[in-house]
Amino acid sequence: MAILVFIEHAEGVVKKSSLEAVSYAAAMGDEVIGLAVGSIDEGALKAAGNAGASKVLHVTDEKLEKGIIQAYAQVINQAMESTGAEILVLAKSSLGDPVAARVAAKQGAGFVSNVSDLPDTSNGFKVKRSIYTGKAFANVEIKTDKKILGLKKNAVELKTDGSEATVEKFDVLLSDDSFKVTITSQDKATGEILLPEAELVVSGGRGMKGPENWGMIEELAKTLGAATGCSKPVSDMGWRPHHEHVGQTGVKVSPQLYVAIGISGAIQHLAGVNSSKNIVVINKDPEAPFFAAADYGIVGDAFEVVPKLTEALKAAQN
Amino acid sequence: MKILVCITHVPDTTAKISFTDNDTKFDANGVQFIIGPYDDYALARAVELKEASGGSVTVLNVGTAETEPTIRKALAIGADDAIRINAEPTDSMFVAQQIANHAKDGGYDLIMMGRESIDFNGGMVHGMVGELLGMPAISPVMQLDIEGETAKLAREIEGGKEYLELSLPFVAGCQEPIAEWKIPNMRGIMSARSKKLEVIEPTDATEAATLEKYEMPPAKGEVKMIDADNVEELVQLLKNEAKVL
Ligand SMILES: Cc1cc2nc3c(=O)[nH]c(=O)nc-3n(C[C@H](O)[C@H](O)[C@H](O)COP(=O)(O)OP(=O)(O)OC[C@H]3O[C@@H](n4cnc5c(N)ncnc54)[C@H](O)[C@@H]3O)c2cc1C
Ligand SMILES: Nc1ncnc2c1ncn2[C@@H]1O[C@H](COP(=O)(O)O)[C@@H](O)[C@H]1O
Repeated sequence: MAILVFIEHAEGVVKKSSLEAVSYAAAMGDEVIGLAVGSIDEGALKAAGNAGASKVLHVTDEKLEKGIIQAYAQVINQAMESTGAEILVLAKSSLGDPVAARVAAKQGAGFVSNVSDLPDTSNGFKVKRSIYTGKAFANVEIKTDKKILGLKKNAVELKTDGSEATVEKFDVLLSDDSFKVTITSQDKATGEILLPEAELVVSGGRGMKGPENWGMIEELAKTLGAATGCSKPVSDMGWRPHHEHVGQTGVKVSPQLYVAIGISGAIQHLAGVNSSKNIVVINKDPEAPFFAAADYGIVGDAFEVVPKLTEALKAAQN
Repeated sequence: MKILVCITHVPDTTAKISFTDNDTKFDANGVQFIIGPYDDYALARAVELKEASGGSVTVLNVGTAETEPTIRKALAIGADDAIRINAEPTDSMFVAQQIANHAKDGGYDLIMMGRESIDFNGGMVHGMVGELLGMPAISPVMQLDIEGETAKLAREIEGGKEYLELSLPFVAGCQEPIAEWKIPNMRGIMSARSKKLEVIEPTDATEAATLEKYEMPPAKGEVKMIDADNVEELVQLLKNEAKVL
């Protein structure tokens, strides 16, 4: 039985998290069929083949240029029906999550989000998901025939095998009922590394004293090729935009490296970073709680340490 | 305008999470419970909308009798009445069906929820309820204004915001800065005691996923401290030990 994977793309490139979803589905051992919507080159979609899909269905209806959630749910319902797929896999995103919830309700499919591992199918269908904002895990059994798995970042390693997927055009029937919402505009940073997808993150807290000091955070981030993040008070005070705030009530990141500068490490902040592979903490207070959650720590004044670190990284790159 | 706000009853954000009964039950011992922080934003905005243009705010929780103090707090914040659907909320599909079954004949103009519960973190219930009721569901909503029958919303997307327009009724999963959390005052607390809290029994519904066992994350290793005058050592460790450069 085929597994359907919803593939998202940004600026003409398939998202890495979607390729991970393809690898995840491929690791389950069945045929993997991708589904992509909107304007993206066929060539770019073939990347999904490299990650393990045999075929990618491509929907190009211009009504879908904007991510209207109900319409996307309709597309997925039709693709599941047409391919006979009983399992849908997708990466966590602002589009994928609400779309999957609708598909689940429509099809009576058991939906588990924030899945952090491959399923155990030796006796039933069991998956591990993160709960309590990363403070714990739950192993749950999905009882329904149809199943939807929403993946947390880094649930599996992205595998590439050099093969290509065939890309097929897929036509859908869209009802007017799905277009009750009008997206009037989008206001979005382009060309930056997006925080939820980032492998490396440099984040600053109230210890940075003010927005005028963010140059040094950005310089370090640029040197590393990292996205920038911040603590909640920093975005509350308007030093940084809301979508950069990390934590329980913000973005949850799971990068390879999280560098926390002038952030105390409150439990609500840690909740957003506790699945990072490596954490570096720079703080002038040796008692800052963040050190207990860190892999590497420097006690020192950020205004001295950060520029030195940037220089040392640049030197190591040459 | 008639608004329904769905709230969760969850451990305080600072609570230490642990389990009992062979890792099959949440250990509520010594844990303080609160209105889900995102649900609290939804509630605050709902009360503001009511204060601005009239109508009513009903809060709903799918939960056992233990959640009643949390529901009373929502009444103290400014909801007019409350409904508790008497069931253990173990599965999002089950919860969504309960909410939808109640709301379908409730005549609500707007159903407000949090973007996600902070225990289950599903971020799913609003989408499911929207589908079950044939309404749009938008999440995470950062701004919500209503003019007549039309609503203008801002929703957070990766790296920015999306602005939307739609007609009532619909479901909104809310987050900051949609409104400031409201703290109940003495008058609110007093009046909450006499507000109506109706308990209804759940309807038949599907349990799509069931819990097998909880698990704690592996313990973190020791932190390696590096001298502030020797940042080169950190670079070497990141390169050769962590292998992230
Ligand atoms: C319901 C709820 C939800 C919340 N959700 C979130 C969330 O999602 N994300 C979040 O971040 N917070 C959240 N918070 C807030 C959280 O509790 C903390 O208040 C917040 O994380 C503190 O931010 P901070 O570390 O930047 O500031 P502070 O706690 O003020 O810490 C500043 C740190 O900078 C250090 N410092 C100062 N000067 C220097 C210097 N020159 N060099 C180096 N270090 C320096 C200090 O030693 C200190 O450790 C939430 C709170 C609540 C109640
Ligand atoms: N047991 C419940 N009772 C009432 N509302 C709920 C319940 N569970 C979830 N919700 C609502 O649905 C939102 C999303 O929850 P979830 O899908 O669990 O992340 C929450 O913020 C609440 O507004």
